Amino acid sequence: MNERQEFDVVVAGAGPAGIAAACAAAESGAAVGLIDDNSEPGGQVWRRDRSHAPSQLARFWLNRLERASIHRFSQTRIVAATARSRVLVVEQPRGSFEVSYRKLVLATGARERFLPFPGWTLPGVVGAGGLQALVKSGLDVQGARIVVAGTGPLLLAAASHLRLAGARIQAIVEQAPLPSLTRFALQSARYGKAAQALGLGLDLIGVPLHVSSWIEAAEGARRVSAVRVRVLKKVKTYPCDYVATSFGLAPNIELPVLAGCEIEDGFVAVTGGQRTSVKDVYAAGEITGIGGVDSALAEGQEAGSGNALGADRWLPFKRLLHDTFNPRDELRSLAAPETIVCRCEDVRRSALDGMTCWREAKLQTRCGMGTCQGRVCGAALQFLNGWRNESVRPPLLPARVETLANPGRRSR
Amino acid sequence: MLRAIERIPITVNGEPRMVPRGASVAAALLGLGITEFRRSVTGEPRAPLCGMGICMECRVTVDGALHTLACQTEVCEGMTVRTDE
Amino acid sequence: MSASADVIVIGAGIVGAACADAIARDGLKVAVIESGAIGGGTTAACMGHIVVMDDSEAQFALTRYSSGLWHQLAAELPSEAEFTQAGTLWVASGEEEMAEARRKHAYYGKRGVDTEILDARALAEAEPNLRPGLAGALRVPRDSVVYPPWIARWLVERSGARVIHGEAVAASGTEVRLRDGTVCPAGAVVNATGVWAPRLTSSLQIQPRKGHLLITDRYPGFLRHQLVELGYLKSAHGHGSESVAMNLQPRATGQILIGSSRQLGVDSSEIEEHMLQRMLQRAMEYVPGLGQLPATRAWTGLRPCSPDNLPYIGPAAEDSSLLIAAGHEGLGITTSLATGTLIADLLLKRRPAIPAAPYFPGRVHAASH
Repeated sequence: MNERQEFDVVVAGAGPAGIAAACAAAESGAAVGLIDDNSEPGGQVWRRDRSHAPSQLARFWLNRLERASIHRFSQTRIVAATARSRVLVVEQPRGSFEVSYRKLVLATGARERFLPFPGWTLPGVVGAGGLQALVKSGLDVQGARIVVAGTGPLLLAAASHLRLAGARIQAIVEQAPLPSLTRFALQSARYGKAAQALGLGLDLIGVPLHVSSWIEAAEGARRVSAVRVRVLKKVKTYPCDYVATSFGLAPNIELPVLAGCEIEDGFVAVTGGQRTSVKDVYAAGEITGIGGVDSALAEGQEAGSGNALGADRWLPFKRLLHDTFNPRDELRSLAAPETIVCRCEDVRRSALDGMTCWREAKLQTRCGMGTCQGRVCGAALQFLNGWRNESVRPPLLPARVETLANPGRRSR
Repeated sequence: MLRAIERIPITVNGEPRMVPRGASVAAALLGLGITEFRRSVTGEPRAPLCGMGICMECRVTVDGALHTLACQTEVCEGMTVRTDE
Repeated sequence: MSASADVIVIGAGIVGAACADAIARDGLKVAVIESGAIGGGTTAACMGHIVVMDDSEAQFALTRYSSGLWHQLAAELPSEAEFTQAGTLWVASGEEEMAEARRKHAYYGKRGVDTEILDARALAEAEPNLRPGLAGALRVPRDSVVYPPWIARWLVERSGARVIHGEAVAASGTEVRLRDGTVCPAGAVVNATGVWAPRLTSSLQIQPRKGHLLITDRYPGFLRHQLVELGYLKSAHGHGSESVAMNLQPRATGQILIGSSRQLGVDSSEIEEHMLQRMLQRAMEYVPGLGQLPATRAWTGLRPCSPDNLPYIGPAAEDSSLLIAAGHEGLGITTSLATGTLIADLLLKRRPAIPAAPYFPGRVHAASH
């Protein structure tokens, strides 16, 4: 195997946006490399489910990917990038090498945003998408009692999926108020999302849905055993085995920032055809604004083909999503002074008192200095304190010292 | 789609256990009722949060390799896993 | 600025913080001016190694004096300071370097610093993760490790100094002017702005020397000592403009901190892959097992470098009422406490514990005329 593999187009991320970009590029004759850290393509939304067939849409695109001539790098993490030389350093479980490109499509997707509340570090408190991912990768939740809490359309999707997998959904707890949810339901019909929502609704008949509500605390000795939920002025306690929580999505903009792309309001700024501010670097999907599968597919095809195909028609839907599910101010006081904010370094909220920026907090408290490199607490602190992470440096993810020392050498 | 899931033997904290073939180490451990994957820097038990390789809470020792992400690693026959280290 | 301070210290890195602390202990009222986060400049890009060095007699005197002050302070430092007496191992790869270890042993011994020669076997026992085939090492057991940014803040808080957030754009011995036009009067002024000190005191010859650092995940016990290759100054960090040397440190957290690289005259903050690669390759030559450890972060910093590798401590050449505490290069953490004490001695016209003249800024100025 070569130390450096060369492609016309390299696509970072094999979720819907990345798959669409890779297919569009390959079908127009380009040599395409598709890099993803999972073992199979599909990203989070199309992660292979061991017990359920993929959706029609997923099947269509996964088949199209299968047929296209694309070099797929699975279980491959991009750990460094130099936009000037157009080279990515990638690491696999048993080695590392470099990948070079003429054109780069960034489709790194999003992660769940978690907001700290008392008890959120207990085992059994899991991301809503995270628990879905665990179920898809073999966790049996048959009979498990689950409370789904946070905000966003993902809550209903997760609850429905978990229920079909045999879980007993105790309650769905959504912080957004009913009027904005109603407006969302009505307006999203315009984007062909009504049937989808209705389907989820039918799946969830009989499950208590609390709106304008949020978790006050998770309780339990060494794992979660119950949650206290604030419903209007009352507090209800639900015994449970898992809490599936998510407060919307945070874009994975670390690679775009390292590649030098301009960021606007936390997302990668793009112009026509999904061009970023860096020449020959394109961006598609959630990193340009949270919009879901359909907008990701449209943007991916634009980015891969280099042609404007009208993906910007999803912009109003992205705004609608944001406006509906933006976390309310009350959630800023969920975390108590003794609540851990940074889980890697166990930094409590009170330790951040008097800190003026994240850099100061990092230096003085180690907040965000741990193994996740601030990916979890960063999104929380942006909401809690208005802090933004100002710097991204290699390694983008923890990488073996050997990879950084000899990036061009395949080892072991 | 539901069919009998084949189980394979692995060793968890010195004990022989059977887990679903093709499962991630994280799913397999949770399925065995194990919820203390790692000990935090102040000694708290921790388990998977994100399920997708971001949060690093699911780190366990796999075949002697410290700090292996359980959610990104598939179980295989004869694998040795240690938790709570 | 209503209540004027007796002394204004510009810069709240470890050196400025140590100055503020020493001056305040003499009962003077101190204000500190800092434009960024306390301990957020060069102090945040140091290894935090308290080390006695023998590059020159003056360097030895300053590092030994300051190391003693660190050991006195250790009893008062809270655990967040991460003071650990790990000891230094100066690792010899061959016979030539072993001879250097013996020379160093004799030099230190004659001056009352305990050291110990380790042969190849003793070295392998002391650090099992070093590669086989090394000649031996010199162990300096009292050398230590600290976490500098936290200590800088602790010292500033302990001094009771008023912290003025702003950027100093002009300084004399009696006042400091800030970017926003504010003028802060004082009885005396200390320029402790490190790499940036020449902006306020143009006669200072200080060049930035960029360094890279990388830290791993937690592997408690993987290393026990600060490891430095014996060729550190002579062969590794010679006079070329770019160099690397093996310099490894076990942190109190169990993480391994990997250094070091030097690029003279480079003042960008970006990670330069070729330097990072060379630095890591060098480290792996000595500790091959490092290769498999996950690295979690890399970063860079600028060290303030004077032409003769000694810091500037004392009156400025152009204005003797303006005191300088800058130019500590890679030894700022070690020598910060001694610097603070010398500055306080100079302010109060006390006889210092070691001769202060070798560090006066005028020495370089005078020599170049």
